[in-house]
Amino acid sequence: MDNKELQRIKSRKLKNSVFHGLIFFCTIFGVIVLALLLYDILKKGLPWLTIDFLTNFPSRFPKKSGIFPGLLGSLWIILLTAALAFPVGVGTAIYLEEYAKENRFTEFIKLNIANLAGVPSIIYGMLGLAVFVRALSMGRSVLAASFTMALLILPIIIISSQEAIRSVPSALKQASFALGTTKWQTVTGVILPYALPGILTGTILAISRALGEAAPLIVVGALTYVSFIPKTPLDQFTTLPIQIFNWSSMPKREFQNVAAAGIIILLGILLLANSTAIILRDKYQIKIKD
Amino acid sequence: MEPKIKIRDMNFYYGDNKALKDINMNIYEKKITAFIGPSGCGKSTFLRTLNRMNDFIEDTRVEGKITLDDIDIYSKDIDPVELRRKVGMVFQRPNPFPKTIYENIVYGLRKNGVNDKQILDEVVEDTLKSVALYDEVKDKIHKSALELSGGQQQRLCIARAIAMQPEVILMDEPTSALDPISTMKIEELLLDLKENYTIIIVTHSMQQAARISDETAFFLNGEVIEHGETKVIFSNPRDKRTEDYITGRFG
Ligand SMILES: Nc1ncnc2c1ncn2[C@@H]1O[C@H](COP(=O)(O)OP(=O)(O)OP(=O)(O)O)[C@@H](O)[C@H]1O
Ligand SMILES: [Mg+2]
Repeated sequence: MDNKELQRIKSRKLKNSVFHGLIFFCTIFGVIVLALLLYDILKKGLPWLTIDFLTNFPSRFPKKSGIFPGLLGSLWIILLTAALAFPVGVGTAIYLEEYAKENRFTEFIKLNIANLAGVPSIIYGMLGLAVFVRALSMGRSVLAASFTMALLILPIIIISSQEAIRSVPSALKQASFALGTTKWQTVTGVILPYALPGILTGTILAISRALGEAAPLIVVGALTYVSFIPKTPLDQFTTLPIQIFNWSSMPKREFQNVAAAGIIILLGILLLANSTAIILRDKYQIKIKD
Repeated sequence: MEPKIKIRDMNFYYGDNKALKDINMNIYEKKITAFIGPSGCGKSTFLRTLNRMNDFIEDTRVEGKITLDDIDIYSKDIDPVELRRKVGMVFQRPNPFPKTIYENIVYGLRKNGVNDKQILDEVVEDTLKSVALYDEVKDKIHKSALELSGGQQQRLCIARAIAMQPEVILMDEPTSALDPISTMKIEELLLDLKENYTIIIVTHSMQQAARISDETAFFLNGEVIEHGETKVIFSNPRDKRTEDYITGRFG
């Protein structure tokens, strides 16, 4: 090995470590920003996080303010949204993957579903206002909000369900058909059980996206100050993000801390949803994949 | 004896590609018929025409006539789902469902509305015994079938097929992924099964065909070159190409 070659190796090693450092910094940057944000919120919010905060209604006085209506509103909307979007989304995915003939029309639909997933959420809010609130006269209700949110997350559920269904090995489908089963029996007997963890993961992630949305719900007509809890789907409502937004725009400084406490609750729920998704995925993956 | 399956002037196309040409064949009841021939000559394609699994491949076409007990299996009145209950299939690679051993075996029955636990229990025990798997797995019948070895999985797949009590069983190289001992077990199993079933098996092993089959058909480029009693085919083939193939001098 001559000198030149050694030189080249040296410079290659140097480039390698520079690049290594650079991407490491990129990773760390994200983590640090997140940590700072979390620290700030926890510092402000934790002292305000009491049982009363969970069970109280909002109030003019920061000390008495609680998140109860927002929490219940969010739960109502999430449950209804899931109940609406899950069957429709999974049904669509089954149709597209297993029943639809491969032709231009199917391609067109698939392409448009992918596009819909990229439409800004406020557009869905306007659609919801026009269709559900006004045309179908559901009013500014939990129901109208849930339909709007269901439309919003439908593309995500469809796409992730399609992927899950596509991942079912064709050998298993063939085994099922060869035993003299109909297409539907094969869908329920082999395809859905195999794809279910993937479908559920996608659905939970979609739902946690809906949980954090405020814009479309404001357009649909969520209230910002609520002194009652929704009892039926036709009642008016507020949700966690809207309540938080409301507090953070209050003039009194202490409301910033109340908002931080609200953010902790929201983050907690999101974290719970995401870890459920991960646990579900891991648990079933081991069982299914050899 | 009247043939169980009759194939008359059958052609098969993948799009414009004619994969099977002018096939005429009789397949007899309670016999083992072996299909041999080089790779790509159409053995699997032919097997799949018999239970209409080719229906799932887009842009395929069958000409001619195939009858099972004198009923045209491609006629409009035939439901392919019903046909596949009568004509079972075992694939080249073991493909158990990611379910328990028990649920694998009763899958087809459940889908046909059999839910009586006593009947299902019996079927599981009987079929596991008839594929000589019972002693090996009797303690883990409710465990995942994926925990079995490849050879055990393949025997489970055979058990799953015979649980439907088909009349014909199609097997596409069922032992090609298995070791010699598992292969031997499956061969013994096939000899037992032929008491009750009509078996058609695709194999790349001349010895296997010679050991277990009653009839052998030699395929080449989508045509049946020679078909007859296995003894005759292996000792005294009529066609030069058959002889070259079974003696390994094929070029
Ligand atoms: N799904 C398919 N689409 C199009 N052509 C196919 C398809 N399956 C098989 N063929 C073609 O049909 C011909 C016969 O294939 P086939 O799988 O029946 O052969 P084989 O005798 O079973 O071969 P092997 O011994 O390797 O399994 C081949 O030329 C192959 O390319
Ligand atoms: Mg083949």
